[in-house]
Amino acid sequence: MIQSRGFPAVQYSFAVVLLLFTVAPILWMGVTAVSIHRNVISVPLKIVPPEVTFQRFADIAANPENDIAWAFKIAMGNSLIVSAATTIISLVIGSLASYAFARLRFAFKGGLLYMILFTYMVPSVVVVMPLYLLLSRLGMLNSKPTLILLYLSMALPFVIWVMQSYFGSLSRTYEEAASIEGCNRLQVLWHIYLPMARPGLIATAILSFLIAWDEFFFALVFTSTLAAKTIPVAIAEFSGKHYVDYEMIATGGVIASLPPVLIAIVFQKYIVMGMTSGGIKE
Amino acid sequence: MTIPRRQVFGEQRFALLILAPAAVVIFGVVLAPLVTTFIYSLKNMELISAERGRFLWFANYAMVLGSPWFWQAFFRTIYFTFVSVALETVLGLLAALLLNTRFTGAGFLRVLVIVPWAIPGIVSASIWKWIYNPEYGVLNAILTRLHIIAEYRAWLSDPFLAMNMVIVADVWKMTPFATIFFLAALQFINRSLYEAATVDGAGVFARFWHITLPYLVPTLSVVVVMRTVEKFKAFDIFYVITRGGPANGTKVLVYEAYLKAFANLQYSISSTLSYLIAIIVLLFTVLYVRSMKRREAGEP
Repeated sequence: MIQSRGFPAVQYSFAVVLLLFTVAPILWMGVTAVSIHRNVISVPLKIVPPEVTFQRFADIAANPENDIAWAFKIAMGNSLIVSAATTIISLVIGSLASYAFARLRFAFKGGLLYMILFTYMVPSVVVVMPLYLLLSRLGMLNSKPTLILLYLSMALPFVIWVMQSYFGSLSRTYEEAASIEGCNRLQVLWHIYLPMARPGLIATAILSFLIAWDEFFFALVFTSTLAAKTIPVAIAEFSGKHYVDYEMIATGGVIASLPPVLIAIVFQKYIVMGMTSGGIKE
Repeated sequence: MTIPRRQVFGEQRFALLILAPAAVVIFGVVLAPLVTTFIYSLKNMELISAERGRFLWFANYAMVLGSPWFWQAFFRTIYFTFVSVALETVLGLLAALLLNTRFTGAGFLRVLVIVPWAIPGIVSASIWKWIYNPEYGVLNAILTRLHIIAEYRAWLSDPFLAMNMVIVADVWKMTPFATIFFLAALQFINRSLYEAATVDGAGVFARFWHITLPYLVPTLSVVVVMRTVEKFKAFDIFYVITRGGPANGTKVLVYEAYLKAFANLQYSISSTLSYLIAIIVLLFTVLYVRSMKRREAGEP
């Protein structure tokens, strides 16, 4: 910690500006989410809402009569399934691959690793068209498994890049002891590496989940029905060509933000580790 | 240590086996389409053309690189990237320096500052669009109440102003990323250096200039390169806030490639444009790897 005695006034005023800039847009989202339409569109604007309603949250929770709210609820389920599946699968097959990169010798290892880093950096728009033409021919649009597969291609390079450096930093002594005891390589990975790499696994799991939860471009292109539509697409659809439902955007926004914000606050330490060791997450 | 030949072969086989699932996904979803997109970019893929499927080789590239819209989108992307990365880096550094000092509430602020980063991109973009709303937006309401502006303004109806408003929204969401990086690096800085410098009579700015900044340079370069790549890829924020408008003022390369493919159905032009973006990203990947290596070498 650096002690900067001398100008606490500068320090505090900057802290207040930082606090306001960070919090104000979030507060405004919260205020809009619980406001009544006529108050939201009043001029001059009432910044403190005179009336408060939780009707939209209640509709989303349990009102099949309200089509918009019901559709959002289904999108929430889709987002949850797709993100959870992406996280679990990318962790399993990503750990296997990163173990190979960290500990085994095989041809073209270095080149392959950099290729994986490059695939992480490739913008989705560069690969979207062949994928779209292929998946529509195969009848695989509007499907959760398709989205999971696409998101795996985003999460995997990240998991591999972080975990191989994590595995690489672990000491080989336990591994050698275990193999003398007669463990095969998979047993070594399961009993030695994975328990030791727990912080790395938690960090990559969180960031994989956030990648899938956040993703918009592929979801926009590849889903148009409730079968697989995710929360970001549902929220984007609240702003139609002629009418924008800002109260629903804010309500959906609050719900969509809760899981990642809670995760970020609770697991801040792990996130910082995952971001700085692998150094990649948008 | 010498390893028997047989065991090395076994190792290679085992490595390929456990690499296979990840390799299949990455090959199928990224690398194969990357090759296909390149082939599209060499062909005539226009749906209405009678000569569809014919190889044009680099004619598409000549066409795109010779078009004013490409260079306009290119310089818009450069402007967006440069300004937002510069702001995020400077603000992130200032915030990290602040949060690295001790004051009442610092711990709370350190936790809070990560929140905008965690909010999904679509959500934060939608919220900013709502804040900027010309009739009911809270920005107009607050600025008129504080008498900073006399009457409500349409923040997104002037092309250049709209681009800058998108940058503000982006800076809000992504500055925490830089802050977190710098804060993590600052934790490792050697305190005795500061004490020695203070004893020698170095002031706050001298200490920052001669100790903190040189120490942060490797982290700085990683943050700048990483953010630059992400800015080149930015799509969500433009899709939500401006849809490339007004008057194409916020049409960046990725958004242009998306429109050419899915609105205009100009597959070969979109592929060519995408490929040019991929080449730029590849250059940044090389830069990124270099700055990572430098950071690893430079870190305690």
